[in-house]
Amino acid sequence: MIIKINGEELNFDKELSIKDFLETKKISADAVVVELNQNIIPLEKYQTTWLTHKDNLEILRFVGGG
Amino acid sequence: MQDDIFEIGGKKLGSRLFIGTGKYASDSMIPDVCNSTGAGVITVALRRVDFNAITDNVMQHIPSHMQLMPNTSGARTSDEAIRIARLARATGCGNWIKIEVITDNKYLLPDGYQTAIATEVLTREGFAVFPYINPDLYVARDLVNAGAVAIMPLGAPIGTNRGLRTEEMIHILIDEIDLPIIVDAGIGKPSQACQAMEAGADACLVNTAIATSENPVLMGKAFAEAVRAGRHAFLAKARGTSKWASASSPLTGFIRNHEGQS
Repeated sequence: MIIKINGEELNFDKELSIKDFLETKKISADAVVVELNQNIIPLEKYQTTWLTHKDNLEILRFVGGG
Repeated sequence: MQDDIFEIGGKKLGSRLFIGTGKYASDSMIPDVCNSTGAGVITVALRRVDFNAITDNVMQHIPSHMQLMPNTSGARTSDEAIRIARLARATGCGNWIKIEVITDNKYLLPDGYQTAIATEVLTREGFAVFPYINPDLYVARDLVNAGAVAIMPLGAPIGTNRGLRTEEMIHILIDEIDLPIIVDAGIGKPSQACQAMEAGADACLVNTAIATSENPVLMGKAFAEAVRAGRHAFLAKARGTSKWASASSPLTGFIRNHEGQS
Protein backbone atom coordinates (compact mmCIF):
# COMPACT_ATOMS: atom_id res chain seq x y z
CA MET A 1 0.00 0.00 0.00
CA ILE A 2 1.09 3.56 -0.66
CA ILE A 3 0.86 6.14 2.09
CA LYS A 4 1.79 9.77 1.72
CA ILE A 5 3.78 10.79 4.77
CA ASN A 6 4.86 14.40 5.11
CA GLY A 7 4.33 14.89 1.41
CA GLU A 8 6.33 11.87 0.30
CA GLU A 9 4.73 8.69 -1.04
CA LEU A 10 6.04 5.60 0.73
CA ASN A 11 5.33 1.97 -0.05
CA PHE A 12 4.56 -0.51 2.71
CA ASP A 13 4.07 -4.24 2.23
CA LYS A 14 2.36 -4.92 5.55
CA GLU A 15 -0.17 -3.26 7.77
CA LEU A 16 1.06 -0.77 10.30
CA SER A 17 -0.33 1.62 12.85
CA ILE A 18 0.82 5.18 13.44
CA LYS A 19 2.71 3.92 16.48
CA ASP A 20 4.45 1.28 14.36
CA PHE A 21 5.55 3.85 11.84
CA LEU A 22 6.92 6.20 14.51
CA GLU A 23 8.84 3.31 16.02
CA THR A 24 10.45 2.42 12.70
CA LYS A 25 11.71 6.00 12.52
CA LYS A 26 12.73 6.06 16.19
CA ILE A 27 10.48 9.03 16.85
CA SER A 28 9.11 9.54 20.32
CA ALA A 29 5.33 9.58 20.11
CA ASP A 30 4.93 12.37 22.63
CA ALA A 31 7.31 14.68 20.71
CA VAL A 32 5.04 14.92 17.69
CA VAL A 33 1.52 15.74 16.65
CA VAL A 34 -0.14 13.65 13.97
CA GLU A 35 -2.78 14.42 11.40
CA LEU A 36 -4.32 11.65 9.29
CA ASN A 37 -6.30 12.79 6.24
CA GLN A 38 -6.55 16.22 7.87
CA ASN A 39 -7.93 14.83 11.14
CA ILE A 40 -5.83 15.24 14.26
CA ILE A 41 -5.13 11.89 15.90
CA PRO A 42 -4.74 11.99 19.68
CA LEU A 43 -1.66 10.37 21.18
CA GLU A 44 -3.64 7.59 22.83
CA LYS A 45 -4.94 6.45 19.45
CA TYR A 46 -1.59 6.06 17.69
CA GLN A 47 -1.52 2.37 18.54
CA THR A 48 -5.02 1.61 17.33
CA THR A 49 -5.04 3.79 14.22
CA TRP A 50 -4.09 1.64 11.24
CA LEU A 51 -2.85 3.15 8.05
CA THR A 52 -4.58 2.24 4.81
CA HIS A 53 -3.77 2.66 1.14
CA LYS A 54 -3.67 6.28 -0.04
CA ASP A 55 -3.79 7.71 3.47
CA ASN A 56 -2.23 11.12 3.90
CA LEU A 57 -0.25 11.33 7.12
CA GLU A 58 1.38 14.44 8.53
CA ILE A 59 3.77 14.17 11.43
CA LEU A 60 4.83 17.49 12.91
CA ARG A 61 6.77 18.84 15.81
CA PHE A 62 7.80 22.13 17.30
CA VAL A 63 10.97 23.74 16.05
CA GLY A 64 12.66 27.03 16.80
CA GLY A 65 10.71 30.04 15.55
CA GLY A 66 9.84 33.62 16.31
CA MET B 1 6.65 50.70 43.07
CA GLN B 2 4.19 47.83 43.08
CA ASP B 3 4.99 44.85 40.91
CA ASP B 4 3.98 45.63 37.37
CA ILE B 5 2.15 42.46 36.40
CA PHE B 6 1.04 41.99 32.80
CA GLU B 7 -2.20 39.99 32.72
CA ILE B 8 -2.92 38.47 29.37
CA GLY B 9 -4.45 35.33 27.92
CA GLY B 10 -5.27 34.04 31.39
CA LYS B 11 -1.67 34.45 32.60
CA LYS B 12 0.05 36.86 34.94
CA LEU B 13 3.46 37.77 33.61
CA GLY B 14 6.28 39.42 35.48
CA SER B 15 8.16 40.30 32.31
CA ARG B 16 6.97 42.27 29.32
CA LEU B 17 9.64 40.82 27.07
CA PHE B 18 8.55 37.84 24.98
CA ILE B 19 11.28 35.84 23.29
CA GLY B 20 11.60 33.44 20.37
CA THR B 21 13.47 30.21 19.75
CA GLY B 22 14.55 30.69 16.14
CA LYS B 23 18.04 31.26 14.75
CA TYR B 24 20.13 30.31 17.79
CA ALA B 25 23.55 28.95 16.92
CA SER B 26 22.70 26.23 19.41
CA ASP B 27 19.30 25.59 21.00
CA SER B 28 21.17 24.66 24.15
CA MET B 29 21.51 28.42 24.81
CA ILE B 30 17.76 28.79 25.20
CA PRO B 31 17.52 27.96 28.93
CA ASP B 32 20.20 30.54 29.74
CA VAL B 33 18.43 33.15 27.63
CA CYS B 34 15.15 32.38 29.40
CA ASN B 35 17.00 32.93 32.63
CA SER B 36 18.82 36.13 31.67
CA THR B 37 15.71 37.74 30.18
CA GLY B 38 13.31 36.59 32.87
CA ALA B 39 10.80 36.22 30.02
CA GLY B 40 7.69 34.16 30.68
CA VAL B 41 6.53 33.70 27.08
CA ILE B 42 8.39 31.97 24.27
CA THR B 43 7.47 31.33 20.64
CA VAL B 44 7.93 28.16 18.62
CA ALA B 45 6.99 27.06 15.10
CA LEU B 46 5.40 23.83 13.88
CA ARG B 47 7.02 21.89 11.03
CA ARG B 48 7.03 18.47 9.43
CA VAL B 49 9.42 16.01 11.00
CA ASP B 50 12.38 15.41 8.68
CA PHE B 51 12.93 11.65 8.80
CA ASN B 52 16.29 11.96 7.08
CA ALA B 53 17.79 14.42 9.53
CA ILE B 54 17.18 13.62 13.15
CA THR B 55 17.77 16.90 14.92
CA ASP B 56 17.59 18.21 18.43
CA ASN B 57 14.12 18.66 19.91
CA VAL B 58 13.74 22.35 20.75
CA MET B 59 11.18 21.52 23.42
CA GLN B 60 13.77 19.88 25.62
CA HIS B 61 15.47 23.28 25.96
CA ILE B 62 12.39 25.25 26.98
CA PRO B 63 11.93 25.47 30.75
CA SER B 64 8.59 24.07 31.86
CA HIS B 65 7.44 27.32 33.49
CA MET B 66 7.47 29.16 30.14
CA GLN B 67 4.17 29.92 28.41
CA LEU B 68 4.45 28.57 24.88
CA MET B 69 3.23 30.75 22.05
CA PRO B 70 3.25 28.61 18.90
CA ASN B 71 3.10 30.60 15.69
CA THR B 72 1.40 29.72 12.43
CA SER B 73 4.40 30.59 10.30
CA GLY B 74 4.21 28.92 6.92
CA ALA B 75 0.48 29.60 6.66
CA ARG B 76 -0.51 31.38 3.44
CA THR B 77 -4.26 31.46 4.10
CA SER B 78 -6.59 31.63 7.08
CA ASP B 79 -7.42 27.93 6.58
CA GLU B 80 -3.76 26.96 6.83
CA ALA B 81 -3.31 29.11 9.93
CA ILE B 82 -6.37 27.50 11.54
CA ARG B 83 -5.04 24.03 10.72
CA ILE B 84 -1.64 24.79 12.24
CA ALA B 85 -3.23 26.32 15.33
CA ARG B 86 -5.35 23.22 15.95
CA LEU B 87 -2.33 20.97 15.52
CA ALA B 88 -0.29 23.12 17.89
CA ARG B 89 -2.98 22.94 20.56
CA ALA B 90 -3.18 19.17 20.12
CA THR B 91 0.38 18.93 21.44
CA GLY B 92 -1.00 19.93 24.83
CA CYS B 93 0.93 23.19 24.98
CA GLY B 94 -2.08 25.31 25.86
CA ASN B 95 -4.38 27.59 23.90
CA TRP B 96 -2.09 30.47 22.94
CA ILE B 97 -1.49 31.01 19.24
CA LYS B 98 0.32 33.71 17.32
CA ILE B 99 -1.33 34.07 13.94
CA GLU B 100 1.01 34.71 11.04
CA VAL B 101 -0.44 34.57 7.54
CA ILE B 102 2.17 35.50 4.95
CA THR B 103 2.43 35.06 1.22
CA ASP B 104 5.00 37.73 0.51
CA ASN B 105 8.38 36.08 0.80
CA LYS B 106 10.47 39.16 0.21
CA TYR B 107 9.24 41.28 3.12
CA LEU B 108 7.29 38.64 5.06
CA LEU B 109 4.52 41.15 5.56
CA PRO B 110 1.32 39.72 7.06
CA ASP B 111 -2.05 39.50 5.34
CA GLY B 112 -4.46 41.39 7.59
CA TYR B 113 -7.65 40.09 6.00
CA GLN B 114 -6.70 36.40 6.26
CA THR B 115 -5.38 37.03 9.76
CA ALA B 116 -8.71 38.49 10.87
CA ILE B 117 -10.64 35.49 9.50
CA ALA B 118 -8.35 33.05 11.32
CA THR B 119 -8.58 35.10 14.51
CA GLU B 120 -12.37 34.99 14.49
CA VAL B 121 -12.56 31.23 13.93
CA LEU B 122 -9.88 30.36 16.47
CA THR B 123 -11.26 32.68 19.13
CA ARG B 124 -14.59 30.89 18.81
CA GLU B 125 -12.72 27.62 19.36
CA GLY B 126 -11.28 28.88 22.62
CA PHE B 127 -7.83 29.97 21.55
CA ALA B 128 -6.09 33.02 22.97
CA VAL B 129 -5.21 34.63 19.67
CA PHE B 130 -2.25 36.96 19.18
CA PRO B 131 -2.36 38.22 15.59
CA TYR B 132 0.79 39.53 13.92
CA ILE B 133 -0.10 42.46 11.66
CA ASN B 134 0.98 45.58 9.94
CA PRO B 135 0.10 48.42 12.32
CA ASP B 136 -3.09 49.31 10.50
CA LEU B 137 -5.93 50.83 12.49
CA TYR B 138 -8.73 49.20 10.51
CA VAL B 139 -7.17 45.73 10.61
CA ALA B 140 -6.62 46.20 14.34
CA ARG B 141 -10.29 47.14 14.81
CA ASP B 142 -11.33 44.04 12.86
CA LEU B 143 -9.14 41.98 15.17
CA VAL B 144 -10.72 43.53 18.25
CA ASN B 145 -14.12 42.52 16.88
CA ALA B 146 -12.79 39.07 16.02
CA GLY B 147 -11.82 38.50 19.65
CA ALA B 148 -8.02 38.82 19.64
CA VAL B 149 -6.45 39.05 23.11
CA ALA B 150 -3.69 41.38 21.89
CA ILE B 151 -2.45 43.03 18.72
CA MET B 152 1.09 42.37 17.56
CA PRO B 153 2.17 45.08 15.12
CA LEU B 154 5.51 44.86 13.36
CA GLY B 155 8.19 47.50 13.87
CA ALA B 156 9.95 46.47 10.66
CA PRO B 157 9.97 43.32 8.54
CA ILE B 158 10.85 40.09 10.37
CA GLY B 159 14.53 39.57 11.03
CA THR B 160 15.66 42.91 9.63
CA ASN B 161 16.80 44.54 12.90
CA ARG B 162 15.64 47.84 11.41
CA GLY B 163 13.83 49.05 14.51
CA LEU B 164 10.59 50.96 14.83
CA ARG B 165 10.08 51.99 11.22
CA THR B 166 6.32 51.94 11.76
CA GLU B 167 6.50 53.92 14.98
CA GLU B 168 3.83 56.53 14.18
CA MET B 169 1.35 53.84 13.18
CA ILE B 170 2.09 51.84 16.33
CA HIS B 171 1.38 54.98 18.38
CA ILE B 172 -2.03 55.21 16.72
CA LEU B 173 -2.79 51.63 17.75
CA ILE B 174 -1.63 52.35 21.31
CA ASP B 175 -3.95 55.35 21.45
CA GLU B 176 -6.98 53.89 19.71
CA ILE B 177 -7.07 50.14 20.35
CA ASP B 178 -8.33 48.90 23.67
CA LEU B 179 -6.19 45.74 23.67
CA PRO B 180 -2.59 45.14 24.69
CA ILE B 181 -0.15 46.15 21.94
CA ILE B 182 2.85 43.85 21.68
CA VAL B 183 5.47 45.12 19.25
CA ASP B 184 6.75 42.17 17.28
CA ALA B 185 9.36 41.91 14.55
CA GLY B 186 12.10 44.22 13.43
CA ILE B 187 13.32 45.39 16.80
CA GLY B 188 17.10 45.26 16.49
CA LYS B 189 18.42 46.98 19.60
CA PRO B 190 17.39 47.27 23.25
CA SER B 191 17.03 51.05 22.84
CA GLN B 192 14.30 50.45 20.25
CA ALA B 193 12.43 48.12 22.58
CA CYS B 194 12.75 50.76 25.28
CA GLN B 195 11.37 53.39 22.92
CA ALA B 196 8.33 51.24 22.12
CA MET B 197 7.64 50.65 25.80
CA GLU B 198 8.12 54.33 26.68
CA ALA B 199 5.46 55.14 24.10
CA GLY B 200 3.02 52.82 25.84
CA ALA B 201 3.40 49.46 24.14
CA ASP B 202 2.43 46.70 26.56
CA ALA B 203 5.21 44.28 25.61
CA CYS B 204 7.81 43.47 22.97
CA LEU B 205 8.59 40.20 21.25
CA VAL B 206 12.26 39.86 20.29
CA ASN B 207 13.85 36.89 18.59
CA THR B 208 16.43 37.67 15.89
CA ALA B 209 18.17 40.51 17.72
CA ILE B 210 18.82 38.30 20.75
CA ALA B 211 19.44 34.98 19.00
CA THR B 212 21.85 36.27 16.37
CA SER B 213 23.92 38.52 18.62
CA GLU B 214 27.37 37.32 19.60
CA ASN B 215 26.22 36.83 23.18
CA PRO B 216 22.50 36.00 23.28
CA VAL B 217 22.47 35.60 27.05
CA LEU B 218 23.85 39.10 27.61
CA MET B 219 21.77 40.61 24.82
CA GLY B 220 18.69 39.02 26.34
CA LYS B 221 19.51 40.68 29.65
CA ALA B 222 19.98 44.03 27.87
CA PHE B 223 16.58 43.71 26.20
CA ALA B 224 14.91 42.78 29.48
CA GLU B 225 16.38 45.84 31.18
CA ALA B 226 15.44 48.08 28.26
CA VAL B 227 11.85 46.83 28.25
CA ARG B 228 11.61 47.37 32.00
CA ALA B 229 13.14 50.85 31.77
CA GLY B 230 10.76 51.84 28.98
CA ARG B 231 7.79 50.52 30.91
CA HIS B 232 8.77 52.42 34.04
CA ALA B 233 9.24 55.59 32.00
CA PHE B 234 5.78 55.15 30.52
CA LEU B 235 4.22 54.65 33.94
CA ALA B 236 6.14 57.66 35.28
CA LYS B 237 4.51 59.84 32.58
CA ALA B 238 7.22 62.01 31.04
CA ARG B 239 6.50 65.73 30.67
CA GLY B 240 6.25 67.25 27.22
CA THR B 241 9.04 69.03 25.39
CA SER B 242 9.62 72.76 25.15
CA LYS B 243 11.29 74.97 22.58
CA TRP B 244 12.87 77.14 25.26
CA ALA B 245 15.11 76.32 28.17
CA SER B 246 13.75 75.95 31.66
CA ALA B 247 16.38 76.24 34.38
CA SER B 248 16.72 73.33 36.72
CA SER B 249 18.60 75.43 39.28
CA PRO B 250 17.19 78.53 41.06
CA LEU B 251 17.46 81.79 39.10
CA THR B 252 18.09 83.81 42.27
CA GLY B 253 20.96 84.16 44.72
CA PHE B 254 23.77 84.08 42.18
CA ILE B 255 27.27 85.02 43.28
CA ARG B 256 28.47 87.80 40.99
CA ASN B 257 31.30 90.35 40.89
CA HIS B 258 29.21 93.07 39.30
CA GLU B 259 25.56 93.27 40.38
CA GLY B 260 23.08 94.02 37.67
CA GLN B 261 25.11 92.42 34.92
CA SER B 262 23.91 89.33 33.29
